[in-house]
Amino acid sequence: MDLLDIARWQFGITTVYHFLMVPLTIGLAILVAGMQTAWYRTGNRRYLKMTKFWGKLMLINFAMGVVTGIVQEFQFGMAWSSYSRFVGDVFGAPLAMEGLLAFFVESTFLGLWIFGWDRLSKGVHLACAWAFSLATVLSAYFILAANSWMQHPVGIRLVDGKPELISIWAVLTNSTVLAAFPHTIFGCFAVAGGFLIGIAAWQIVRQRKQADSAGQPVDEEDRRAWHGSMRLGAWVAVIAFAGLAITGDVQGKLMFDQQPMKMASAEALCHSEAPASFSIFAVGDVSRPNCEDVKSLTVPYILSYLAEGDFTSEVDGVNELIPKYQAAYGTHYPDDPRLGAFAGQPIDYQPLLPVTYWGFRFMIGFGGLAALGGVAVLWLTRKQRFPSGKGWAPLALLGIGAPFGGNIAGWVFTEMGRQPFVVAPNPNPSGVDGVYMYTASAVSSGVTPGEMLTSVISLTALYGVLLVVEIFLMIRYSRGGFDAVMPPEKHEGESDDALSFAY
Amino acid sequence: MDLPTFWFLVIALLWLGYLFLEGFDFGVGMLLPILGRDNTQRRVLINTIGPVWDGNEVWLIVAGGATFAAFPGWYASLFSTAYLPLLVLLLVLIGRGVAFEYRGKVDGERWRRAWDAVIVLASWIAPAMVGLVLSANVFGLPLDANGDRVGGWWTIFSVPSVVGALAVVTFSMLHGAVFLALKTEGEMRARARRFALRAGLPLLLPVVALVLLAQLREGSAWTWIPLVIALVAGLLGLARVAADREGQAFFLQGVALTGVVVTLFGSLWPNVIPSTLDPAFSLSVEDTAASDYPLMVMTWVAAFGTPAVLIYQGWTYWVFRKRIGTQHIPPVHAP
Ligand code: HDD
Ligand code: HEM
Ligand code: HEM
Repeated sequence: MDLLDIARWQFGITTVYHFLMVPLTIGLAILVAGMQTAWYRTGNRRYLKMTKFWGKLMLINFAMGVVTGIVQEFQFGMAWSSYSRFVGDVFGAPLAMEGLLAFFVESTFLGLWIFGWDRLSKGVHLACAWAFSLATVLSAYFILAANSWMQHPVGIRLVDGKPELISIWAVLTNSTVLAAFPHTIFGCFAVAGGFLIGIAAWQIVRQRKQADSAGQPVDEEDRRAWHGSMRLGAWVAVIAFAGLAITGDVQGKLMFDQQPMKMASAEALCHSEAPASFSIFAVGDVSRPNCEDVKSLTVPYILSYLAEGDFTSEVDGVNELIPKYQAAYGTHYPDDPRLGAFAGQPIDYQPLLPVTYWGFRFMIGFGGLAALGGVAVLWLTRKQRFPSGKGWAPLALLGIGAPFGGNIAGWVFTEMGRQPFVVAPNPNPSGVDGVYMYTASAVSSGVTPGEMLTSVISLTALYGVLLVVEIFLMIRYSRGGFDAVMPPEKHEGESDDALSFAY
Repeated sequence: MDLPTFWFLVIALLWLGYLFLEGFDFGVGMLLPILGRDNTQRRVLINTIGPVWDGNEVWLIVAGGATFAAFPGWYASLFSTAYLPLLVLLLVLIGRGVAFEYRGKVDGERWRRAWDAVIVLASWIAPAMVGLVLSANVFGLPLDANGDRVGGWWTIFSVPSVVGALAVVTFSMLHGAVFLALKTEGEMRARARRFALRAGLPLLLPVVALVLLAQLREGSAWTWIPLVIALVAGLLGLARVAADREGQAFFLQGVALTGVVVTLFGSLWPNVIPSTLDPAFSLSVEDTAASDYPLMVMTWVAAFGTPAVLIYQGWTYWVFRKRIGTQHIPPVHAP
């Protein structure tokens, strides 16, 4: 493998991994702050238990999100130095703002929240929970603004072939980020919702079993706390999916306008169609020249609607777009030695169709699955009921994976659908056309493949080990239930000024 | 002052903040097995930095991010040239962050021992990597006309860069000892004090060597001033430990560090990375700075953001200002 491939694998692995932690943190942080607010306002211990339990799981996950985030921040300079030089004028600002305006708030108020239970008044302590959870959302905004600029460059002029920032406002209100941000945040809530459902359902069953075998009645306060958590999760999952569908529709229309090639690839649409139909699935290789032949179960008109908002518009296919891209951006890579093996070679404008096609479908499919699950939970558990079948709890646990899968699939589709560019050209220039960068020319020029291989292997290995540790702890604390996280009663003779929490 | 110069100062300030803040929490990590004789004592030590270490680390992230925003060329050349040391830094910071958070999550001796080992090892290696990279940056890297490294990964090692690595390690260790003398009580405090007094002078030596090297090789006449301030403050700091005034000692450590950082960045200016191959290839503030508009935007952001950060981080330190002793440590409570 050459440097470029290794760097791409590394970016893909580390970012997808970071984005396993991020949505759970963002979604749970807000929900936990909400639970704590409920406790603050009602004084009901049930809400305190929920806050402590879900808060603890959030913290176990948060630590991993933080440490993997540092890798992300450094990686642009380490592995993509040519990219950093090229886009630095624009791209650095949102990143630095994220650090200065969001990460500082997040880390500081999280520390206050963890250790401040007895040091701060209840109101101030609650404010800390809101401060850090809203800061996680803010940090998402800045990073998504940076990412959206790579999809749709705005707010710049070209000076000597390099983008120079002329309006930060344009970057922060890029139409692409205005759609991607709510979409991603709904994606985060989908993850948190699924997580609440899975673990709470499993606990309800577990609690009932334990009470049965001990011959005691189920603790009513605990049961209600689990039941409430589960239903909260179900509502969140269902609403999040509705939000995802609405904002995803907006994103689709923007994508059709800004990155028509990505749109065609999402559908693996080889030839233009009017009206264009949406394929539900395909059997066979969607990347062959006549990919229409392998598609099964297509729904007429829907793709036209996704792209343009009506049922008749023509949607361009990959084969028709390639000549347009070639006319606008050339047929061959420039003969630049820094492009390595790519120098002077023909440009392949077609993203990997199986990845984009299936990525798009898995994103929607997994999300839809989670939403269905949410609806089922709402129905089956109405009026404090819980179905007695044996399969429900394991099914709910399994369901935790679905929204994660949706998020991963969505990102892989978004980023791979942009290839061969790292900064995508927009042929229909609502942004600034003519700003683009090949992924091949973005990679660091002074780094050796050996170094890059060392990093991808060591990071992947470490991440692998830590994932096992995190899941081990998650399971342990999920099992522990409320008892493991509620502060123990103080015993006689114990010093009064012992900290309520210490590492 | 023009904007690039101002941002050069901001970057120096961010590194200063980082070295000062995470310096002591690295030190606490290094001293964990030396000052903590049993689990409760080690928990005392760890909990002195519990609420703040993550906030301290964000200074590094912001130093990196601000360099990217203000000097893309500097960020790109430094981070790609120092690829492996930064990789090692990332790996140990990952382990260390997770270790703090996970150490107490299971009540088991082997579990704790394992995470303690990660904390200690990482707390030695991380400052070494920071020192190596920073001082290699100040003394120069083998950059070509494009700002890329010529030669292999080992070219980052030189006498000054290794001295720099050592200096950041020993400074952090001393700084951590003074911090612990300030933040703990009883037996722990006495031990931390004794350690600072006994090891203080030898621990300051590499720092002195580093600033003298910088001064003699690259310095200007005016950089003697911060250098002398650094030396005086360093020694005075030790004297204040001896006088049982740990607060003042801690403050003087900060003054000394400021002197060191000013000397280093003062001798770096107007370059951001000197090239050891050919002075013509050196990257300067002017070559690498972003254009004025983003710098202006960032200036506004920093003007609002920085005071806010200082206020609420200061507030955290105030909230958790009490000394901690073994009697404050609650029993282990984990499923
Ligand atoms: C559970 C997660 C989830 C679910 C159910 C959906 N999405 Fe999504 N989608 C994401 C999670 C996601 C994501 C991972 O968060 C992405 C990646 C980049 C982004 O902005 O959000 C994404 C990207 C993304 C893009 C690419 C934007 C671009 O490349 O610029 C489009 C067009 C859609 N989505 C459209 C949809 C539609 C029409 C959905 C219909 C229900 C949908 N998404 C459900
Ligand atoms: C957290 C969500 C994200 C995920 C899961 C994600 C995923 C990916 C993946 C899988 C690739 C590899 C694509 C390929 O090699 O074909 C990639 C590439 C890349 N992405 Fe993202 N990305 C995310 C967010 C971002 C953000 C926020 C940025 C910028 C701020 C970004 C910048 C890049 C860059 C620079 C590359 C390298 C060039 C490339 O190979 O395409 N990504 N990303
Ligand atoms: C590839 C680009 C990315 C970079 C450079 C990056 C950078 C970072 C850094 C440095 C941290 C650690 C902060 C700390 O110490 O407190 C972090 C954590 C975090 N990042 Fe990322 N990140 C990226 C992708 C994303 C995306 C796409 C999102 C959201 C949509 C996101 C949201 C968060 C959040 C909420 C945290 C807090 C910790 C956690 O979630 O567990 N990041 N990120």
